[in-house]
Amino acid sequence: MLERFLFSYFNWEVMAEYLPNIVDGFFLTIRLALETVVTGIVAGLFFALIRSFRIRIINFFIILLVDVLRALPPLVIIVLFYFALPSVGIRMSGFTATWLSLSLVLTAFAEEIFWAGILSVPKGQWEAARSTGLSFIKTMRYVVLPQAVRLTIPPLTNRTIAITKGTALGAVVAVGEILNQAQTGLSLSYNPSPLTLGAFAYLVIFGPVVYLGRWIERRFAWKR
Amino acid sequence: MEQIIQNFFNIGILKAAFPFLVRGLGMTVLLCLTVVPLGAAGGLTVALLSTVKNRMVRWLVVIYTDFFRAFPPLVLLIFIYYGVPFVGIDLPAFVAVALGFFLNTSSYYGEIFRAGIESIPRGQTEAARSTGLSGFKTMAYVIVPQATRNVIPDLISNTLEVVKLTSIASVVALPELLYAARQGQSITYNATPIVAAGFIYLILLWPVVRLLSRFEHKSIALH
Repeated sequence: MLERFLFSYFNWEVMAEYLPNIVDGFFLTIRLALETVVTGIVAGLFFALIRSFRIRIINFFIILLVDVLRALPPLVIIVLFYFALPSVGIRMSGFTATWLSLSLVLTAFAEEIFWAGILSVPKGQWEAARSTGLSFIKTMRYVVLPQAVRLTIPPLTNRTIAITKGTALGAVVAVGEILNQAQTGLSLSYNPSPLTLGAFAYLVIFGPVVYLGRWIERRFAWKR
Repeated sequence: MEQIIQNFFNIGILKAAFPFLVRGLGMTVLLCLTVVPLGAAGGLTVALLSTVKNRMVRWLVVIYTDFFRAFPPLVLLIFIYYGVPFVGIDLPAFVAVALGFFLNTSSYYGEIFRAGIESIPRGQTEAARSTGLSGFKTMAYVIVPQATRNVIPDLISNTLEVVKLTSIASVVALPELLYAARQGQSITYNATPIVAAGFIYLILLWPVVRLLSRFEHKSIALH
């Protein structure tokens, strides 16, 4: 039993053979995650700032977009981009489809979190800053945002971690990230050791990230 | 424009695919009704275990939650569905999905319940114990009800994520809504079933999103 277990999950020969592929997947996962995080957070902040101008028609569309992106499962969005859009002539690689989908989802969540942060700054601060002669943009930049961002860090970190784990969904649309490489290794070698390697690679990436998230939550927690 | 209607909003295709989609939706609902209560119960257990005096137990709980939160749920699912049969245990897709979801969601629900329990002042426990309630009764009647009420928005938010997450079961051929939609697409060579599935998720989950967004604005604005 133990022998069979070791042969299946810790088969060094198989592991050595597929290690280079898993390493490739490892770096692709990191690249996909980083690109998603940067795009999502920058776009989310951008939309929250646009929303603060309180132009009705624009805000209606921002809220609509955010709601739709929060209600749809990320995998459904990826499948739509990758399998449905080509029928109207829009083709993209699996990587682009995954990056775009996850970035949009993160944009939606980040926009909501930043907007809630902006709202949390009392009106009196706006009025005080404006009456000292600061412009709208300067008030936002020097008075409101620094306070708002601090509040948003814990929820934003958690959400970002959850969404970057969605990079594994790329395996469904043939992105050669960790899970995809591990699955390919499994079907070629007919041995699940590549999956063990893949699991280990995820632990290496997300273990510290989860730990960091825990730390940030404590560090920025508001004393009651 | 016509091309879009033809490919994404094709009434004829929709009519043909509709029975499949309804059956897929049924499976999604069944899956949710299985994994949400299981995950929440597991999470509450995890949270309660993190309050015990025994250090060893508390450490194990932290390791359990961090370990399963570090894995993307799809990775867990693939590992269980494709990996476990190699030691001679054959799991039906539904059981594999339920198990993978249990490990993942109980960690998340556990963190939420733990935050809730920590939000209740110690004086409450002391007061309850001094009236003669046992430790167990104090938890069950005094702490947990208040703790749960304090974290309702987070519980709803996590449940929404779990419901959305059930779509990954399509990867291991469990015939839920997304799987049905993709089957529909490959049979008809038309993307309408996928678009329709998207709309079904949207219609069902939009009210929850609205509710949450109100909670969120309130909670951050209160600080």
